[in-house]
Amino acid sequence: MPTFVRTEKCDGCKGQDKTACMYICPHDLMMLDKDGSETGHAMKAYNQEPEQCWECYSCVKICPQQAIEVRHYADIVPLGASVQPMRGSDSVVWTIKFRNGNTKRFKFPIRTTPEGSIDPYANKPKSNMDDIDKPGFFTTDTEFPGDRSQLIRL
Amino acid sequence: MAEGTFGNPQVIEEEVDILLIGGGMACCGAAYEIMRWIEGTDLKVKLIDKAAMDRSGAVAQGLSAINTYLGDQDPADYARMVANDLMGITRDDLAYDLGRHVDDSVHLFEEWGLPIWKTDENGERHDGSNRDMPSLKEGGKPVRSGKWQIMINGESYKWIVAEAAKKALGTDNIQERVFIVKLVNDKNDPERVAGAIGFSVREHKLHLYKFKACLLAAGGCVNLFRPRSVGEGSGRAWYPVWNSGSTYAMAAEAGAELTMMENRFVPARFKDGYGPVGAWFLLFKAKATNAFGEVYMDKNKAMLDQYPPYGQAAVPASCLRNHLMLHEMKEGRGPIYMDTPTALGKLAETMTKKEIKHLEAEAWEDFLDMCIGQAGVWAGENIEPEKKPSELMPTEPYLLGSHSGCCGIWVSGPTDLGAPPEWSWGYRSMTTVKGLFTAGDGVGASGHKFSSGSHAEGRLAAKAMVKFALDNKDWKPELDTSIDELVEEIYRPVRTFLEHKDYTTAIDINPHYITPKMLQFRLQKIMDEYCAGVATWYQTNAHMLQVCEDKLEMLKEDSLKMRAKDLHELLRAWENYHRIITAEAHMKHIQFREESRYPGFYYRMDHNYVDEENWKCFVNSTYDRKSKQWSLKKVPHVDLVAKPTAKT
Repeated sequence: MPTFVRTEKCDGCKGQDKTACMYICPHDLMMLDKDGSETGHAMKAYNQEPEQCWECYSCVKICPQQAIEVRHYADIVPLGASVQPMRGSDSVVWTIKFRNGNTKRFKFPIRTTPEGSIDPYANKPKSNMDDIDKPGFFTTDTEFPGDRSQLIRL
Repeated sequence: MAEGTFGNPQVIEEEVDILLIGGGMACCGAAYEIMRWIEGTDLKVKLIDKAAMDRSGAVAQGLSAINTYLGDQDPADYARMVANDLMGITRDDLAYDLGRHVDDSVHLFEEWGLPIWKTDENGERHDGSNRDMPSLKEGGKPVRSGKWQIMINGESYKWIVAEAAKKALGTDNIQERVFIVKLVNDKNDPERVAGAIGFSVREHKLHLYKFKACLLAAGGCVNLFRPRSVGEGSGRAWYPVWNSGSTYAMAAEAGAELTMMENRFVPARFKDGYGPVGAWFLLFKAKATNAFGEVYMDKNKAMLDQYPPYGQAAVPASCLRNHLMLHEMKEGRGPIYMDTPTALGKLAETMTKKEIKHLEAEAWEDFLDMCIGQAGVWAGENIEPEKKPSELMPTEPYLLGSHSGCCGIWVSGPTDLGAPPEWSWGYRSMTTVKGLFTAGDGVGASGHKFSSGSHAEGRLAAKAMVKFALDNKDWKPELDTSIDELVEEIYRPVRTFLEHKDYTTAIDINPHYITPKMLQFRLQKIMDEYCAGVATWYQTNAHMLQVCEDKLEMLKEDSLKMRAKDLHELLRAWENYHRIITAEAHMKHIQFREESRYPGFYYRMDHNYVDEENWKCFVNSTYDRKSKQWSLKKVPHVDLVAKPTAKT
């Protein structure tokens, strides 16, 4: 199935023109069932092609209601386990529940700068059109690494 | 213009100078580099992504390592490693050039906020949130999980890289959820590209772009072979399931020369979840064994000497490591295991409890950063790596040019590294079709770029495209195909569906059309059974390939009868068309190369040897869109850096 949407928790991202999960899914899997004709649950999201799900968790991580979870591939994985993230602004916390009831919890950093703070060209040199035919990027300010005598055809 | 409907889309035409097709690492790199170079010019750039840039491409899920960071190592050594891993046939000019540029991209990632693990002066590891450590650029020491790899906390890797690219481009120059499916050649010069067309997967709109230059960087190809899991688990591909060969297919149809399309990658990974093994081997020093605890890489070492010099390197070529594993499995000594308890036990002998706990977290993070599904498998099967070993398995084949594979498009290389003149025709990263550039998985005969290298390669192409666009300032693109014909072709699956849907009572079973899903199953079955998939232990021969060719021809004919009942299915229809063209290239190349260059990835059983004398060369191909025929040729290989020769 891979991702599934908890009926009680999903609010269809009310008031927005598209749901967060539809926006983010790299494989165009998440759908909003506006009138309930597909699922019987109007204004709720669902995964329209579960066997194409990569379990990348992009929708799980972005859902503002934490309404999306994963039931791992039924043709591979025994039932009863879960792996659930809570993604914050600088770290992600994972809760892993094993089939036998054991649990593990991990917290990992995800970012060292505030989201949205990147200023791509701050303190970077301008490009120099005289260099456009030469190797190097506009940011390249040092000599290239490497011993050029290694290049045996020069 | 009137609003589009399902059968009659609105056509939106736009002219830009440079179009970026794709939103992964390569196009994000291109976006960053290009916008700085066009300051002060009036060049217009647009990026088109079939998904959302924050989570598109191969890094969507995140990564636990950056696999290409040179540090103080020589690009010549990097080029040697790339060549050996890919059995000797790579372009040193492309690998060397990438090697000398790539670190700059990694420094940018760190500056933008990507946490990179560091080693302090006592050799102790710190995760990337520790801001007291100097940055890589300031001389900070990364944690190496291999000669070229460095560890990161990469859950948000793509999110961060995309933020920089989006800011550089500006919202107005980005179009998400439009799938470009076809390049259009120039009316006056058939060897030049002038436009690209695709459709929105959200609205009834076709988008037609005209341009001077375009970067086609839409990833590799996944799911052209039958996967080992065919139910829900068919989505658990090792490489992203949305990489559908669009790069190779669109380039081939535009007339670009492809190279090394016989190459494939068959990663040996944790079974079913396809979780990464690199950190287990390199960071935790785990060994892979057969069912009897024998380390097959040691036991079967003599088999490596049959493939000199590629098997004799400090790290033997990836395919040969598979070759030794497959030998154990075929001899009946499977399953193959990663012996995690012994490795963790050994490390624990010299560690405190706290350090062990940290080590355990690192092992789990390796999965959770880039392959969460594997954590799901371990949780579901009650596998705790300190207690229970885990099975390894070679996967179904993948086609790509950025990881441990080298299929792709033949591109113009740098001119200052001693390459033969025929490897360069003026613009870095331009294909043999004028105006068409590529990067990442698109660039063939190189490989081992990974995420950072794909970003850097996008930047190299970006700069060359700016030069190309400025050199062609007054040139106006004119398309060789009318808009009506293009609309007809692209929306054919929709119109087929609307015309025939009421002929039968069951929507999926209808003699007038085939669903994209069934077409994909058919493709996967053909490739698996005849073109050296897992069904035959990656073995094929000329006879099987002939059957494959005949079946693919009919499949290609039937692809014109694919249906699309909605825009989502139109997306799948075109993805699968791209897969067919890619599969055909793969089959033709394997047919042409009469040797087994990549034992462990595939075997031509009628030529089951590496033939250095006759086949130490590139194989390049072109596709004629009109006649639908492939032409193949040998292209001489040349070393630009000295390489080891066979040890006797």
